[in-house]
Amino acid sequence: MNKVAIVDHGMCNLDSIARAIEKCGGEAHITDRPKDLEVANRIVLPGVGAFPDAMENLETAGLAEAIKEQVIEQRIPLLAVCLGMQLLMESSEEVRETKGLGLVQGTVKRLEPNGSQDRIPHMGWNELRLQKEEPLFAGVPEGADFYFVHSFVVTGVPDEEVVATTPYCGGFVSALAKDNIRGVQFHPEKSQRVGFKLLSNFLSI
Amino acid sequence: MLKVRVLPTLLFKDHGLVKGIGFDSWRRVGTAMQSVKVYNMREVDELVFVDIMATRNGDSPDFETVDELADECFMPLTVGGGVRTVDDVRRLLMVGADKVALNSVVAEDPSVVGEIASRFGSQCVVVSIDARVKPDGGHEVFTHSGTVATGKDPVQLAREVADLGAGEILITSIDRDGTMKGYDLELIKGVTEAVAVPVIASGGAGTYEDMARAVTEGGASAVAAASIFHFTEQTPREAKQYLASKGIAVRRT
Repeated sequence: MNKVAIVDHGMCNLDSIARAIEKCGGEAHITDRPKDLEVANRIVLPGVGAFPDAMENLETAGLAEAIKEQVIEQRIPLLAVCLGMQLLMESSEEVRETKGLGLVQGTVKRLEPNGSQDRIPHMGWNELRLQKEEPLFAGVPEGADFYFVHSFVVTGVPDEEVVATTPYCGGFVSALAKDNIRGVQFHPEKSQRVGFKLLSNFLSI
Repeated sequence: MLKVRVLPTLLFKDHGLVKGIGFDSWRRVGTAMQSVKVYNMREVDELVFVDIMATRNGDSPDFETVDELADECFMPLTVGGGVRTVDDVRRLLMVGADKVALNSVVAEDPSVVGEIASRFGSQCVVVSIDARVKPDGGHEVFTHSGTVATGKDPVQLAREVADLGAGEILITSIDRDGTMKGYDLELIKGVTEAVAVPVIASGGAGTYEDMARAVTEGGASAVAAASIFHFTEQTPREAKQYLASKGIAVRRT
């Protein structure tokens, strides 16, 4: 069985993602100890909350280094969710300019309305436009909606790493993949059937 | 395209779910866990769970109950009732709420919205505003489950809290609550035009057409309803089919 370490940076509840992973057949361990990442064969980096606080918590606990070690050196598959996906980037402008993990090229910027219809935060169900084949989305029906709740997005991601975009505020990157690193801006653990499909796919990658 | 959400509202009182009329005459409508499981199975867009007695009784939110419900809830969950402090919000998020609804405390001290938004992000701060029509026209905000008048105008309060960092406004008409006579479209429109954050219309839904009008005429991003789902054969899924037939984008499940 897949041992999935869910990185706890002290900002939110992780029970629902842990339970979703267990329902998909994984063995979930919520942890804030770098050592626990060494025994995992999957890592999930979740998150809601503000970027600077999350980054500070990851660094103070030694988790930032441990994630990089496991992902870059050991090639452990990583799924980063919502704020977690943003933490992969080089930096974010949320609250104050802050360095991220730098695992993926690009930065995090505030969503800007593209007309009066676009309310911020982007909250609710929206679709993905797949830009390339990606095992994470195998069996997910075209046009399926996922649950989003965020005000910031990743920008400047190299084209070849963009997996899906979502048509809101002129369009933004809602899923990315680079080697063994995957990030999604939406919440698979709150997206019911299609979200569970995605998590199952992650476990079998 | 962002979809219009249909949200069942679960009101909690004395360990069970209730539904009233005009914030009064509460009837028992089952247990919370049973409802969460049913709505999970039916894949509703989102759930709103409010403890209507917490503030009136001076209680804190019931963290244990929320913890149990959240564990079974694989859809977004907004929790309200008795939320007064940054620590209440932190604890609710830790037990599994995705968003927290602030109500009475906001009318007393709007600055708490900014404090919470800067700590946890705007995306988890819902400000819930309950309002009644005034005898001379216009609306007035009431708190403590509709029992305390504030003298505040709901549109102004909505604008103020959105500026402070609220991520969403849940606007409820106390007059229409439980009547199933349709939403207070004037109230909803006033709020949606005043703020740039999403607005959930609440209070009065009796038909699917009421929901469609809250979106097309009121400008709501989401529609909340309780009586229609508790006391009639109508369901969130059918509601969305109806909205889709009117050209409103909804999530298909």
